[in-house]
Amino acid sequence: MKNRSLVSITDYSKAEYLKILDLAETFEKEPKQNILKDYVVATLFFEPSTRTRLSFESAASRLGAKVIGFSDVSSSSVSKGETLKDTILTVSNYSDIIVMRHPREGSARFASEVSPIPVINAGDGGNQHPTQCLLDLYSIRKTQGRLDGLNIAFVGDLKYGRTVHSNVMAMCNFETTFHLVSPIELKLPSYVKMHIKDNNLNYYQYTDLNEIIPIADIIYMTRIQRERFSDPIEYEKVKNAYILTADMLSGCRENMRILHPLPRVNEITEDVDSTVQAYYFQQALNGVFVRQALLSAILGVK
Amino acid sequence: MQNDNKRKELVVSAIQNGTVIDHIPAKSVFRVMRMLNLEQIDTQITVGMNLESRKYGRKGIIKVSGQFFESEAINKIALIAPTASMIVIKDYEVVEKRNVEIPDEITRFVRCVNPNCITNHQAVATRFKVIDKNDLKLQCHFCEKITGKNNIDIL
Repeated sequence: MKNRSLVSITDYSKAEYLKILDLAETFEKEPKQNILKDYVVATLFFEPSTRTRLSFESAASRLGAKVIGFSDVSSSSVSKGETLKDTILTVSNYSDIIVMRHPREGSARFASEVSPIPVINAGDGGNQHPTQCLLDLYSIRKTQGRLDGLNIAFVGDLKYGRTVHSNVMAMCNFETTFHLVSPIELKLPSYVKMHIKDNNLNYYQYTDLNEIIPIADIIYMTRIQRERFSDPIEYEKVKNAYILTADMLSGCRENMRILHPLPRVNEITEDVDSTVQAYYFQQALNGVFVRQALLSAILGVK
Repeated sequence: MQNDNKRKELVVSAIQNGTVIDHIPAKSVFRVMRMLNLEQIDTQITVGMNLESRKYGRKGIIKVSGQFFESEAINKIALIAPTASMIVIKDYEVVEKRNVEIPDEITRFVRCVNPNCITNHQAVATRFKVIDKNDLKLQCHFCEKITGKNNIDIL
């Protein structure tokens, strides 16, 4: 994967996912390594995303790289009307790799095609966010000791949640059984379900969160947003049906862990945080190791 | 019978050298002309619309003198005129006749249905992979969203 951009989770093969996860493990054991001291990482955030940006910058800094860039467009020449192409070509003169977040869908693919240096997509609108997906895979493997043959439940907004779509696509490589819990209005899109079927795997759909608690190895929670509903009454009806509380966890599997891409609003109550099942904060920390792995693999030093 | 043939000849005259695009759905003739950029061509162009067709009821036909098109250009029109056929004429003789075929990839002339796609905001040429030719579905190379046959908007 040396010098190759990462735009979409499907750009990588199963073997490449595993390589990144293995590398991330070595960074978890030894997070500070001065292996990128001769490199400059550009972080171009055309829309603010503090969590993702800090995670990348932390990953780069712990490897000794210099970080340049901007965290919102008002402080860059984009506010003067510069095109994305010109920004990318200019920045590529100053850096060795570009990490980009942009509100327009498809911007990352376009940037990777005009850029002479590799581009890592840190989110292009509602389209792709592959580093989130890789850190989720890392978290799943770390908590379960394996990726193959797990029962994974996705809960909440399965229609618009891009992390859910990429995670389902990626987990199709690992004999997963999918349990899909959502209101009728927010069911997983049919093209993603087709992908599951094409891989000869099974999925089951539910509207009741309680049904999957005893069978899931991983419960992946997502937020249901009010603006996704055309009818506000429909939102009021379902908004409390997908909230996970500590007392719901009594019948769960011992190995079960709860993931969430964060930020959460109210879909996981605070009393869950102190249970052994809560994993979402460690999940965020894993993002640094996975991004260290990506930077060093793409720059060709590991 | 003889008279009938004669009258057809008068409606749309034959060309010596060039390309005939026949069996265009009657309503799509103008779009096909735009797609082939015929406004930019200086040679003689004859257009027939709402002609009788035994196969399709009514059809359109375009005859372009002195011009020969790349098959890629002709295949583009399959998106809006799937029944069309292309006939190449040299010295009044038909030297090639074939139906249009939907290509595997489409560049430039279709707009992406996704209003938030980068191609609708910056000078980025659109590009699609044709993922279903029967029930026409185009997947955007950039934003990965699918433009279906009811949403096809020709640039």
